[in-house]
Amino acid sequence: MSSFNDALPLAISHTAQKGESARPRQGSFGRLWWRHGLATLALVWSLFPIVFIISAALNPSGTLSTAELLPKNVSLINFDALFSDTARPYLTWYKNSMIIAGSGALASVFIGSCAAYAFSRMRFTGRRPGLFALLLLQMFPALLAFVALYVTFVAVGDVLPAFGINTSAGLIVAYLGGAMGANVWLLKGYFDTVPRELDEAAKVDGASHARIFFTMTLRLVMPILVTVFMLSFVGLFGEFLLASIFLRDVDSQTLGVGLWSMVSLTGNSDRNKYFGQFCAGAMLASLPVVLLYLGFQKQLVGGLTQGSVK
Amino acid sequence: MSLKEIQDPPPVSPEHPRGVAGGAKSTSADRSRAAGAGPAWLVVTKWGLIGLTLVVLAVVVQKLIEQGAWVGVVIAAFVAMCVLAVYGTGRSVPMKYLLPGLALLVGLQIWPIAYTVGTSFTNLGDGHLISKQESIDSIVANSVREVPNAPRYLLSVAVRQGSDPTTGEAFYLLTGPSGKTLLGDKSGLSDLPAADVEKAGNGRIIRAAGYQILTAIQVNARKDLNEFAVPTTAGAGIKRVGLAEAFQGKANVSYDKVSDTLLDSATHKTYVPRRASWVPKDGQGDAFPQGWKESVGLRNFSNVLTNDTLRSGFLKIFGWNVVFAVVSVVSTFVLGMLLALLLNDARLRGRALYRSMLILPYALPVFVTALVWSSMFNQDYGLINKLLHLNIDWLGDPWAAKAAILITNLWLGFPYMFIVCTGALQSIPGDVLEAAKIDGASAFRTMRSVIMPLLLVAVGPLLIASFAFNFNNFGLIFLLTGGGPFQDSNTSVGSSDLLITYAYRLAFSGVSPNYGLAATVSIFIFLIVGLMSYEGFRRTKSLEEVN
Repeated sequence: MSSFNDALPLAISHTAQKGESARPRQGSFGRLWWRHGLATLALVWSLFPIVFIISAALNPSGTLSTAELLPKNVSLINFDALFSDTARPYLTWYKNSMIIAGSGALASVFIGSCAAYAFSRMRFTGRRPGLFALLLLQMFPALLAFVALYVTFVAVGDVLPAFGINTSAGLIVAYLGGAMGANVWLLKGYFDTVPRELDEAAKVDGASHARIFFTMTLRLVMPILVTVFMLSFVGLFGEFLLASIFLRDVDSQTLGVGLWSMVSLTGNSDRNKYFGQFCAGAMLASLPVVLLYLGFQKQLVGGLTQGSVK
Repeated sequence: MSLKEIQDPPPVSPEHPRGVAGGAKSTSADRSRAAGAGPAWLVVTKWGLIGLTLVVLAVVVQKLIEQGAWVGVVIAAFVAMCVLAVYGTGRSVPMKYLLPGLALLVGLQIWPIAYTVGTSFTNLGDGHLISKQESIDSIVANSVREVPNAPRYLLSVAVRQGSDPTTGEAFYLLTGPSGKTLLGDKSGLSDLPAADVEKAGNGRIIRAAGYQILTAIQVNARKDLNEFAVPTTAGAGIKRVGLAEAFQGKANVSYDKVSDTLLDSATHKTYVPRRASWVPKDGQGDAFPQGWKESVGLRNFSNVLTNDTLRSGFLKIFGWNVVFAVVSVVSTFVLGMLLALLLNDARLRGRALYRSMLILPYALPVFVTALVWSSMFNQDYGLINKLLHLNIDWLGDPWAAKAAILITNLWLGFPYMFIVCTGALQSIPGDVLEAAKIDGASAFRTMRSVIMPLLLVAVGPLLIASFAFNFNNFGLIFLLTGGGPFQDSNTSVGSSDLLITYAYRLAFSGVSPNYGLAATVSIFIFLIVGLMSYEGFRRTKSLEEVN
């Protein structure tokens, strides 16, 4: 409770009385030590599983039973095992995941921003009902319809083998079903903040709607596009259910499906045996997303709050 | 709503400056201007893209016609017309932006939902995947036994050039005892001109114009070939035996259309249709494994509601599902909010670093973290028991498994709430806080009466969305506990199952997948989540502010 009591005066003094807050620096740690203490505690809570993954990946004995929070020896033997395991083509999984998440996220940003442009800038019959219908559809998660999606894509595969079960392309298309609904509210919220006067001015200058959209609006809303791309990428990268249903061959699988099969398919003894290898794989699999997060942290916080918290 | 519509800013529609009231005259004028306005390369690109789409669709239509999939032809033709109507003319500008998303939405979200609803009225599942006629054909083909003294053929299995070796229609390229080459497909035998084929030393066909011969591995992978027979005269057919040989055989089972029964001439048994399977008329012995798909009306729904095992399982899962979703949202929100308040002090050094570290759990893919937590909860070797010197069977005890799930989800979910609350706190205007201070409000009072209401208004819709997400948090449960542990009394319902993991198991694993029942459970989930979310959104009134 004490955090509540102290939070406010400090915040107020900072925003409202700038002159007064220019106090000697050394005093501030004295009053803030408890914040540092609690924050450190929070860090321990949020980081210890991550430390565990890293140390298990570097632990040469490579089994769950010998895994420690801090390993006694360090070696890269688990990584060697990971890359040389022909029954579990880790690099192929990695490639599949990057292709699926990357192109899926790009396509869904494009589809979503086209729709958001229409909803934000144009007035047409069925606009508001359409927006609400999209919101309602989000309440029915696409994954509930997995049986139907599976049957549909088996049928699609008969006609277009490139888009059937067991293909990356088919899975990407299946993911794109939700592309418009998932992000259109977030995008529209941001599109609405771009002044209409700019559109008007461009129109007076003779620009067509397509030109305004592609050369002007899309540039102005770039921050939210980055946010939505990241959210989509992370979502698709970590998606498990559809991927596990669609991708049956070991060569077509994604990191999630592949790593899962490494530790849980054949029971506890294998989970123990492959644990080091799994952690090495998990660590490398986390890298793209972690880098994205750390690199675009500002956009993420800004985008989430701009679009939804208003 | 109508009032809102009136108060909206005047319509801005780039191509129709005068709005809908422009009339036919201005529309045609706009269209000619739009066509004339762009530079030539733009017009060419636009029509090139339209043309490309149409060509692709035409190829698809051709393939569909080959397969006789007339529904598909109609759909593809309809899509082609939509593309032409929307992008070829200036009739509807908004549609130009909405069509791609809309088409995918209809095809991959709305259609599956409709299909799910349809499936819930059927018995679709293991052994009930095909139509009644197909089940008869399959049983008859399966009963083929070799006709004594009939010739054997040398066999190569092939598909048409260019179609998929794993799923394309199979053709049998046969060489008779006299060296005559024949082509067999599902409709019968035909001659294969000797000029079109190339034979190996023993006479087996190794190449044929227009066909791709499958390798041994590909043939073995095709389970459908076991039931494939090339029909010949009088109920006989040519079946594959091994990889390179085929024999002519005669079916023991025959179908009598008049009495709608199957007769097995070897055992002299009669089979009658009952509950979508062929069962022996005298009740002795097993039914054929090939049943068929049929409508069962509301039986799946009444089963869920009245069958004691199913209903108690369903209610148990539902109860835990609600508890799980509520506790997850509340715990992650409280922890995230406390941390956001803790770090919401501009003088705190290293704030950016703290924040980066705190969102790391959110940045790791769920499949990694769920699997790692599952390992950490291992009773014998797991980190949790080791560090805390406990000996809890986290994943084997029903209550401990639930606790493990909630702990893991708290870890997974608090960073999101932390991000959102940080944003919301930063967007609270400083003058409001100043006003509270001038009015003499204590810090606690400001917290309770100013900050919390503003924060809750801002994140309310997100809490509802988070509830809806967690209600169907398949990945976490499936990867962490797999729905387990399972009790001996009821092996189909796990202690930590959510409705969605339960539906998944019904449909995809277990001894007899039952899509129909799984679809029914899905519909119950639809209704529950939809109603709860609608009620939540209605209460927060967040929908009314949309313009």
